[in-house]
Amino acid sequence: MLGLGADRLWADMNRLLALLFHQGVLDEQFVQLQQLQDESSPNFVCEVVTIYFHESEKLLKNLRGLLMEREFSDYKKMGIHLNQFMGSSSSIGAKRVRNVCVAFRAASEQNNRAGCLRALELLEHEYCYLKNKLHELFHIEQQRLLAAGVRYPMQN
Amino acid sequence: MGMSMESQFHVLAVDDSIIDRKLIERLLKTSSYQVTTVDSGTKALEFLGLHEDDQSNTETPSVSPNNHQEVDVNLIITDYCMPGMTGYDLLRKIKESSSLRDIPVVIMSSENVPSRISRCLEEGAEEFFLKPVRLSDVNRLRPHMMKTKLKDPKQDNEENKEESGKPVSRSLEEKEEQQQQHQQQQLHRLPQQQHSNSNKRKALEEGLSPDRTRPRYNGLTTVV
Repeated sequence: MLGLGADRLWADMNRLLALLFHQGVLDEQFVQLQQLQDESSPNFVCEVVTIYFHESEKLLKNLRGLLMEREFSDYKKMGIHLNQFMGSSSSIGAKRVRNVCVAFRAASEQNNRAGCLRALELLEHEYCYLKNKLHELFHIEQQRLLAAGVRYPMQN
Repeated sequence: MGMSMESQFHVLAVDDSIIDRKLIERLLKTSSYQVTTVDSGTKALEFLGLHEDDQSNTETPSVSPNNHQEVDVNLIITDYCMPGMTGYDLLRKIKESSSLRDIPVVIMSSENVPSRISRCLEEGAEEFFLKPVRLSDVNRLRPHMMKTKLKDPKQDNEENKEESGKPVSRSLEEKEEQQQQHQQQQLHRLPQQQHSNSNKRKALEEGLSPDRTRPRYNGLTTVV
């Protein structure tokens, strides 16, 4: 019975991954991360993604803070945050988030505040979606490991 | 930094992004390298034991005295875009230093800017990797590290003592045979790859290099 549960969860996980690749939410770089995970580093993907979440939320907060300023003009600073966000998103394979950053940066380079605000909304939305899906993925993975009888430390 | 019983290649990775540091560390460890990561060029120079007053050091380039302040680093891989000291600045400082200039340096960047790439290669960088860096990129590092390590071609685990300024000249076939053996150990998950020592201009030769199978320009505007 345990074996069957693990198999079904495995299928669920792969289906979710396939969906995310199909939607362009994740790209090949995410696969690279998975390939770097092994017995010597069994939680690698989760660790990296957790760091990504922390960094991203800081950056989003900074971006929103900048744009909410009444006398906002520091597009350069915004560009710096965006470059960081772009880089880290690219490094984990978060393709759609990264692409929104590119558009956001273009608006920023044109000093287009309204465009930046729209881009920020979209960015927050995409990031939220990504985070939810990745949490779902990790959750299924944890369930699968439990079902398969493997003891791994829980990741928050 | 850990000291291993056997001599491993020791790579110093420099990147201000914590995610990229984690990634490069994992990539390098997977390839059995000893890794030290720092988050700035300044810290890299500190780690390398280079201080401003060492610029006039007249020791021969190959000697790296093994006192407790200096460490053996076989390769430095650094991000280009960093606040303060850029990767290019770091590269220059290393090449200007008589004690460090023989350490191979590799630059990483998330942007494909040909003029930037040329500048780095001209300044002495061995390779220029586009981010995100992958295992196939890291597999290109070994020959650069081997060039500066003087040892019997049959033994891989000699201590890193450089006895003269000139590397032992080995035939290209012998070198490639060595590389293949190392690659077979490392690439148990990936298809066998051949790489030529002269293929430095990775980003510029997009489409020509045989191991370039994935699209690189994911929405980035290509500057030609």
